[in-house]
Formats: sequence, C-alpha cells, structure tokens
Amino acid sequence: MAQSSVISSKQTDYISPARRTTMGVVFLVMALTIWFGFVISTTSDALTTFVLYPGGSDVVVADLIFASRPILNILAFLCAGLGAYQLAKGFGKWTNTLLGVVAGLFIAAFLVWGSSGTSLNLAGLLKVAVVRAVPLTLGAFSGIFCERSGVFNIAIEGMMLTAAFCAALFGSLVNIWFGLFTAVLSGILLAYVLAVLSIKYKVNQIISGTVINIFATGITSFLSAKFLQRHSELNDSGRFTTWNIPGLSEIPFFGPILFSHNMFIYAMFIFTAVLTVLFFYTRWGLRTRAVGEHPKAADTLGINVNRTRYISVLIGGAMAGFAGAYFVLGSVGRFDEVMTAGRGFVGLAAMIFGNWNPIGSLGAGMLFGFADSLASKLAILKVPIPNKFLEMAPYLVTMIVLAGVVGRGQPPAAGGQPYEKE
Amino acid sequence: MTTSEQKQKKTGSFSIFIEEIRKNSLTVTILAIVSGLLVGGLIAAVTSENVYAAFGESFLAGIGAIFTVFWNTYKALFTGSVGVPADIIAAISSGSWDAINRSLAPFFESLVQATPYIFAGLAVALGFRVGLFNIGAEGQIFVGALATVWVATSLKGWPALVHVPLALLAGAAAGGFWGMIPGWLKAKTGAHEVINTIMMNYIAFRLSEYLLNGVLGDPNKATPISAPIEKSAWLPRLFPDPNRFHWGFFVALLMAFLVYWLLFKTTWGYELRTVGHNPNAARYAGMSITRSIVITMVLSGALAGLAGANEVLGVNHNLGVAFSSGYGFDSIALALLGNSHPLGVVLAALLFGFLRNGAIQMQLTAGIPIDIISVLQALILAFIAAPAIIRTIYRLKEPKPELETPAVETKKGK
Repeated sequence: MAQSSVISSKQTDYISPARRTTMGVVFLVMALTIWFGFVISTTSDALTTFVLYPGGSDVVVADLIFASRPILNILAFLCAGLGAYQLAKGFGKWTNTLLGVVAGLFIAAFLVWGSSGTSLNLAGLLKVAVVRAVPLTLGAFSGIFCERSGVFNIAIEGMMLTAAFCAALFGSLVNIWFGLFTAVLSGILLAYVLAVLSIKYKVNQIISGTVINIFATGITSFLSAKFLQRHSELNDSGRFTTWNIPGLSEIPFFGPILFSHNMFIYAMFIFTAVLTVLFFYTRWGLRTRAVGEHPKAADTLGINVNRTRYISVLIGGAMAGFAGAYFVLGSVGRFDEVMTAGRGFVGLAAMIFGNWNPIGSLGAGMLFGFADSLASKLAILKVPIPNKFLEMAPYLVTMIVLAGVVGRGQPPAAGGQPYEKE
Repeated sequence: MTTSEQKQKKTGSFSIFIEEIRKNSLTVTILAIVSGLLVGGLIAAVTSENVYAAFGESFLAGIGAIFTVFWNTYKALFTGSVGVPADIIAAISSGSWDAINRSLAPFFESLVQATPYIFAGLAVALGFRVGLFNIGAEGQIFVGALATVWVATSLKGWPALVHVPLALLAGAAAGGFWGMIPGWLKAKTGAHEVINTIMMNYIAFRLSEYLLNGVLGDPNKATPISAPIEKSAWLPRLFPDPNRFHWGFFVALLMAFLVYWLLFKTTWGYELRTVGHNPNAARYAGMSITRSIVITMVLSGALAGLAGANEVLGVNHNLGVAFSSGYGFDSIALALLGNSHPLGVVLAALLFGFLRNGAIQMQLTAGIPIDIISVLQALILAFIAAPAIIRTIYRLKEPKPELETPAVETKKGK
C-alpha cells in the first residue's frame, strides 16, 4: 500500500508539456489582468492603507501605507516573470506550488487595488478568515476519515446541523462542556446510521447520506419549532470564551490573527497535526488508507475491512459533531433553523481541494474562509465585483480541481463501494 | 487498477443497487410508507406535552393520549390533504358549485403541491436509469425559475398561447444547461457528478441571490423578490379561487409519459438504459457513453428546470430567494420510492404532495411543526433503500433470487 502511494505521488510529479504551457499561460493571464484590470484603473498618486491589527487587539502595529501603483506593477512583473519561466523551462514538480504563489500574488494585487484610496483592515480580514475556516476544515476532516476508509460521506451537513442543535439544547440545559459532548455524540450516532446503512445493508452511500441530511434538517427544524422557539431559555447555551495564548498572542500582526481565539480554532490546528500523523505515520493510518484504496488486498493481509470502515466513519461523525458544535458554542451561542447553511458541503469541497489530506484541507478551508471573509468586505472596498460572485469561488475552484484542469486530485480508489468478502 | 476499470466497477455496483431496488417488492414499498408514518406519529407523540401530562395521571391515560395524538395528527393530515368528508358530501348534495369547489380545495391543493415533485422526481429518476446521480435538482429548479421569471416579466403584451410555452421552455433550457455542465464534466473528465451537482446547487443559490437583488429584483420591494410576472404567462387555473389547481399538473403528467416513452419505447431510451445497466456492454455495442451521459443530464436538468418554471407560472407568480424548499433532495427520495419508473414517480410524488399539503393543516390544527414530513420522508427513504430493515421488522422472507428476466425482455426490444 505504501508502495502504491509512492507510485501515485510520482505520477503527480510528472507535468505534461501541455499542462506546463497551460500553467504558464495562466500565470501570464494573471499578470495581464493586474496590468489591464488593476493598474490602469488606479491613479498614479493613490495610496493603499493596510491596517495591521484587528479591532479589540492590544498589540498595536503601525498601519502599512504605500503607493498603490508601483506595488501593483511589482506584483504584475513577478507574475509575468514566473509565467515566462514556466513557459520557457517549467517548474517541474513545483508547478502546483507556484500556482499557489501566483494566485497569492494575484489576491494581494486585488487587495491593493481594491483598497487604493481607502484603507483595509488586513488583519481583521485574515482573522475572520481563520474563524470562518473552522467549520469548513473540521467538516473536511470528517470527510477525510470516512473517505480514506472508502465511505462517501455527503452527510457532513446533516451531522453538523444535528450537532449544533444538541450543543444548543444541552448546552443550555447543563453546561457548554456537556453541550459539546452531546454534539460529538450526536455526530457519532448519525455516523453509525450512515455506517450501518452503507456497510451492513450496502445501501448506496449517496442515498444513506441523503437520508441523514433530510432527516437532520427535518428533526432539528421540528424540535426547534416545537421547543426552542417557545422556550428561549432552552436556546441560550453560551459559548467558549476567547483564550489568548500567553506570549504567542503578543506577536505583532500574527498574534491576534492566529492566537487570540476560542478553543475551536486551536483545535482545528491541533487536529491538522494529529490527523497528519495518524494517517501517514501510524500503522492505523496505513491500514485505513489501504482499506480505502484496495479493500481486497487489505483483507488478504488480514485487515478487517468492515470493522476499519465502521471505526473510521464513527470518528468522522465525531469530527462532524465537533464541527457542528462550533456553530453554537464557538460562534453565536444559539441554534437557528438550518444554520449550517451548506457549510458541510463546502467542507466536502475543502476536502477535495485539499486532496483528501489534512494539511491540504486546512489550506483549502483557510482559502474558502478567506473568500467568505473577503466577500463580506467587498462592499466597503467599492470594488465593481458583486460579493455573490466571490461567494461562488469555493464551489467553482472545487469543480475546476475535480475536472483536473489544475492537477487532478487523487480520491481513495475504493470510495463508494461496499465491500463484499468473497 | 486503471481509472477506466474503476469507473466501470463503480457504475457496475450502482446498477446492482438499482437492480436491488427494482426487485424490492410492492409489499416492502407499502410497509416502508406505513412504517414511516407510524414512526412519524410516534415522534409527534413523544414530543407532545399532553402525553407526558397524561402519563403523570396514569399509564392507561398515557396510552390513550398517545392514541389521541396519533388520531389528531393523521386526521389533520387527511383533512388537510383531501378535505373534510362530511363537508364534501354536504357540498355535493347541496349542488352548489362554489361549495363543492371549496370543499375539494384541499384535494386539488395537494395536486398542486405534487406537481413540482413530479417534475423533480422524473429528473432524478431519469438520471438513476442511466446510472447518474443528479443531486443538483435543487439548483436546476432555481436557474429554471430564474430564466422563467425573466421571460415571464420582460416580455409584455404577448398572447398567453405563446408566452406560457416560451416561459416554460426558458425554464427547461436553463435547467438543462445547469445539468449539462456536470454531465459534460463527468463524461469528459470523469469528475463525479454528485460533487459537481452539489457545487452547482450553491452556485445557483448565489446566482439567484445576486439576480434577485439586482436586475431581476422588484425595485419597489426591500426583500429580494422578483416583480410579479405578466398575466399572459400564468399557467391557467381550472377553478375559481381559493382553488389553485392549474394546467402545470397536466404538463407534469405529459412529461411523465414522455419520459416513459423515451426510456422504454425508443431505441434511444434503450441505449440510455443499457449505459446505466452495463456500460461495458453499451460501449461494446458501439453506443456512445459520453453522449448518453450528457444527454441524460441535459434532460434531467430540463425536467428539474420545469419544476421551477411550474412553480413560478402556476403558483407563486413571482420568485423569491427561498421559494424552493428542498424539492431537490426530496425528489431523490421519491425517485427511489417510485422505483425510478415514471408511473412510480407520479404515484410517489402524489404521496409526497398529499403529505406536504396535509402537514400544513397538521401544523395549524394539531400544532405539529411541518418539518415532521422531512423526518417522515427520510424514514421512508431509509426503509426503501434498505429493504432488509423492513424485512427484518416484519419478518418477511427474502425474495427468491430471480432469473435475469429484464435483460432478456429488453433484448427482444432491440
């Protein structure tokens, strides 16, 4: 199994000439967009102001003020240079990394252009991006557990919604820790339903996921209308308070963005590390991935395929439950009907964009969170782009990645197939 | 294992799954519905304060209260979806058309509620027959409704005979386009249509929010809602108010017939079903899998788009951002319930329409939130998808392994 993953990673290292050219052209197009889209519409004396500390932070950093146009030109030159090198020689296995770099330069140029003549709270933007990334990344982790073992989980949304409901109800009745506990438990219970339907009864996994999604929407709205809306004391769970990490939170700029949050944000970072070790450096991870890639081979080696899947799906459910708890205990402190609003599906998208990999999913979650955060700021920036289009970005890039335009993701090979022992 | 092999294997397991569903006998279907209704009633009972109060008095009173809740719930469901029998009889004997119309209004309203379900259910069922999972009906409904509302508001002074079909066509075309993208991506790149249709759903939602806040929105309204459509684009109603029954229902039935005819009476349909059943055989026989997938997704999207058009032209006469309430996901349930057969879909859609309409009454009189029907639908879907659960509960015998008769029959048709 380890061998096959080595082989597959080698396959991704190979960049076909056609793709090399495409990427070069993409880089150049970005450079041209900066020139003809941004530079031209910026006056030569315009200044961009980036505020470098978010509101409510004691760590005051001086604002970053610079002339917009020269910076935009530099960014465009960098993109063009990278594009030219890519066309001429190619970056080989670094191509995808470079795509990320160029995309980053492009986003920077967009921000410089958008805030030319005004000021933009960059730190606030990034801080919100980190917060918005939490349910997406944790949802993606839930997906990773399930799909790495070969079970599609489109029910992340339903699990999160149910967990959010439990967190609000039991958080109000007992305390937030009990709310968190029941949220995770409800995620596990729904995951058990998913597992029984998909593994034991061999129901198509998309159908079992749909069952859970419809059920979760129905039961939470039903109970909420029946109880929470009539008794507001049942829907007042409180939330986890912000905890500044001593020392780290005082780092200028980065401190308030990364180290001044409630525990869900720290949990996201910790889980990223834990999942990476778990999946890629332990025997358990190797076995789980084996079951997801080639269950028959795993079975031959004495791994109990269905048991492995049950365990993975249940952990995935716990993860979705934790993510759902965030909506209430980490964010607003109360439950509203259908409050997850499709975040579970964006989590699924983050998992795909992150190539079924914890670190990648964190990156994807952050990127999607950033898009979300930026969309809410667009109105302030007076950029002639409707924020709804920016909100579409996560879905569009997922489709592009899935289509293999910018490097095909590698889903677990046995995803979606029930295992039948011969 | 190469990618193409994997793809084939996946579609293979899918067709086995569909085959399982098909073997699922009528008994299981009926028992699934009954069980779903029973569990739904039970949920209504355990969440009722009266029941707990009665149990406080005595055990027998508690049991009695449970039955009262059951009775009230299903009475409300029945009178809400069909009408009050005594009223209907009284109205018919009085002979007044107005009274008859009023007493039968709940029944026709159920048909109105069932209409979008028929379209959306057909959309999903058509995909199932070709081995495709169209989870994107919801998004296709939205873009269909957007295109329809555009045609229905911007063309003025057209005769209804032209305007209505044109508005319907616009909805179908937009839905078809929305379905074509995931279909094309699936056929050309192998990208899984489930993920892509989900993504297209959310793109459609954002698009509709954008358009309804902008060009399609009513400038006189603070909320994102379109202007009312031109009267010439209304799908005509058959009866006077409050009866909202309109011609869309018959359009839906016509579509069901067309889907049936396409799938089972044409060479083309045979090709589509073969691709769904056994892509290897289809490829070997020289059928184009790419073309089948794209065509199916276009038709499927068009049917879903018609559901949106139907709601705009027949019921709401305008379009708000929250107009479709989960038809997309529910239609997956009813396509399975209807065995992915057009007739089955129509019956399942009628069931869902009656449930949905009855639930409104249930909310008003029995105080049971309407969302209970989503729970009901989820339960029915689970029981249908896993017939083994029903067989275990009711101790039914496993069906004997059948001979592969359908394959033989269809071969004759070729």
